Amino acid sequence: MLTLSNLCFEAAGNHIIRDISADFEEGSFSVITGPNGGGKSTLARLIMGMERPTSGQILWDGKDISGLTIDERAKLGIGYAFQQPARFKGMSVRALLTLAHGKALSHDQACAYLSAVGLCANEYLDRDADASLSGGELKRIEIATLLARDLRLAIFDEPEAGIDLWSFAKLVETFQQLHENPRLSILLISHQERIMNMADEILIVENGKITQRGKREAVLPTIMQDLSSCEYKR
Amino acid sequence: MQDRTKELLQSIAGINGFQPGTAFNLRMDGMGVERHSTSQVTIKQKTQGSGIDIIIQPHTKAEQVHIPVLITQSGIHDLVYNDFYIGEGAEVEIIAGCGIHNDGCDASQHDGIHTFHVGKHAKVIYREKHIGEGKGSGKRILNPTTAVHMEEGSYMEMEMTQIKGVDSTKRKTTCDLADNAKLIIFEKLMTHGEQRADSDVTVELNGADSVVQIISRSVGKDTSIQVFHPIAVGNQACRAHIQCDSILMDQSKISSIPEIAANHVDAQIVHEAAIGKINNEQLVKLQTFGLSQEEAEAVIVEGFLK
Repeated sequence: MLTLSNLCFEAAGNHIIRDISADFEEGSFSVITGPNGGGKSTLARLIMGMERPTSGQILWDGKDISGLTIDERAKLGIGYAFQQPARFKGMSVRALLTLAHGKALSHDQACAYLSAVGLCANEYLDRDADASLSGGELKRIEIATLLARDLRLAIFDEPEAGIDLWSFAKLVETFQQLHENPRLSILLISHQERIMNMADEILIVENGKITQRGKREAVLPTIMQDLSSCEYKR
Repeated sequence: MQDRTKELLQSIAGINGFQPGTAFNLRMDGMGVERHSTSQVTIKQKTQGSGIDIIIQPHTKAEQVHIPVLITQSGIHDLVYNDFYIGEGAEVEIIAGCGIHNDGCDASQHDGIHTFHVGKHAKVIYREKHIGEGKGSGKRILNPTTAVHMEEGSYMEMEMTQIKGVDSTKRKTTCDLADNAKLIIFEKLMTHGEQRADSDVTVELNGADSVVQIISRSVGKDTSIQVFHPIAVGNQACRAHIQCDSILMDQSKISSIPEIAANHVDAQIVHEAAIGKINNEQLVKLQTFGLSQEEAEAVIVEGFLK
C-alpha cells in the first residue's frame, strides 16, 4: 500500500534521511523507534507531505504521491497525530472533531471518540481546544481527531508522550481496537515497550537509516538488550 | 419593507422586522420609521435634537430591545443620540447595530452616540453589529461613541462586532464603574481592502471590587489598518484584564497601544496583547484533515472571530 523508495531528505546541509526504502502492507501495525534525532519524525512528516524529499519517491497503491500536498494526501486517507498538537483559539473540541470527520458529526459519535482516549465527552466537547487545556488533554484530543477520520494510514508521533498512566492503558486498548480494522495501517513512533508489544513489526531508525526491521518477536528482545534503559522506557 | 432592507436587518440584528412583545425602534436613512414600546420599556423621541430615550423600568425581567439603524441611500450623514436609562435591578438585552448599503458614489455615514445609565444591580446584555455593503464607490463610515455609567453592583456585557464592508470606523468607548460593578467588553473586528479602524476604550474603575474584562479579537486583511488603544484606570481595589489578539494577513497593519494605570494599592490591572500571522501548526493540522490552505485559513479566522 505504502512504498518508500530510496527516500533522502536534506535540510541545511544535513542528511536527515539517508536512502530509506520500505514497504508497508494494508492492515499492518508498525512501530518506528530509535534514538532521538535519528530521523523518525522527519520520515513521518515526509509521508504526510509536510516535508518534501530531496530525492526518492513515496508510492501509494503504486502511484507516486511525492508531489502531492498535505491535504491531497489526507484525502487519500492518510492521517497524522502530532507529538505537540496545535492549540486553536476559538475552536471547540466538537468543531475540531467535526472538521476531522469531514461531515456532520453526531453527539454520540463525538462522545465515542473522546471516550476512546479517556476523556469525559460532556466536559470537553464545548471547550475550546486552546491554551486552557493541559498538554495531556490536548494530546488525547489530537488522537481522537484521527479516530474521527476514515483513514487507511494513521501516523502517530509519540502518542504516549504527556499522557498519564490511566489514560495510557486506555490508549493501548484504543490502538488494539484500531488494529482490528483490516483496511487500516498504523505507523507509530514510540519508545514505549507496551506499545511496541502491540506491533506486528518494529523498525529502528537511527542516523537517518533503517538499521533494523523485523517481526516484533525478533526485534524487541534485541532492543531491550542493546540499548540503554534511559532511551527505552519499560 | 423591501427585501434588501429585510436582509440588512437580518444581518445586523437577526430579525426580519418588529418582533411582537419586544420594544423596537427602526431608524432608516436618518429618520425614525417604526417604534414600539412595551409596558416595561418606553422608547420616545428626544424633545431636542436627533435621537431617542430608552427607559427601562426598575426590576424589569427578560425584556428585549431592538434599535437597528439602516442606511440604504448614498450620501447620507446621520448623527443620532440615544440615551438608555436602565432602572435598578432590571434585566434586559439590547440589540443595536447599523447596516449601510451604499450603491452610490457619495459617502454614507452613521455616527451613533449611545449613553447608558445602568442602575444599581441591573443586568444588561448589549449586542451591536456593524455591516457595510453595496457596489458603490462611496465610503461606508461608522463612528460609534458609547458612554457607560455603571452604578453599584450592576453588570454589563457588551459584544461589538464589525466583520465586513465598513471602510472607516472611529470607535470611542468610555466607561465608569461604581462599587462591585462588572463590565465585560468583547470586541470582534475584521478589516479588508483599504479599510481603517480605530478603537479607543477607556474604563475608569472608581468603585471598590469593580471588575472589567476587555477581550479584543481582530483580523486584518489586504492593506487594511487597525489601531487599538485600550485604557484601564484602577482608582480603587479592583481588577481589570485586557486581552487583545490579532491575526495579520496579507499587507495589513495592526497596532495595539495599551495603557494601564493603578491609583490604588489593591488595584490589579493586566494587559496582554499578541499580534501575528496565522499559526502554521494550526494550518498544517487542518490540512491533515483534507482542507486546502485557503479553507484552513477561513476556518481559523471564523473560529477566532466566533
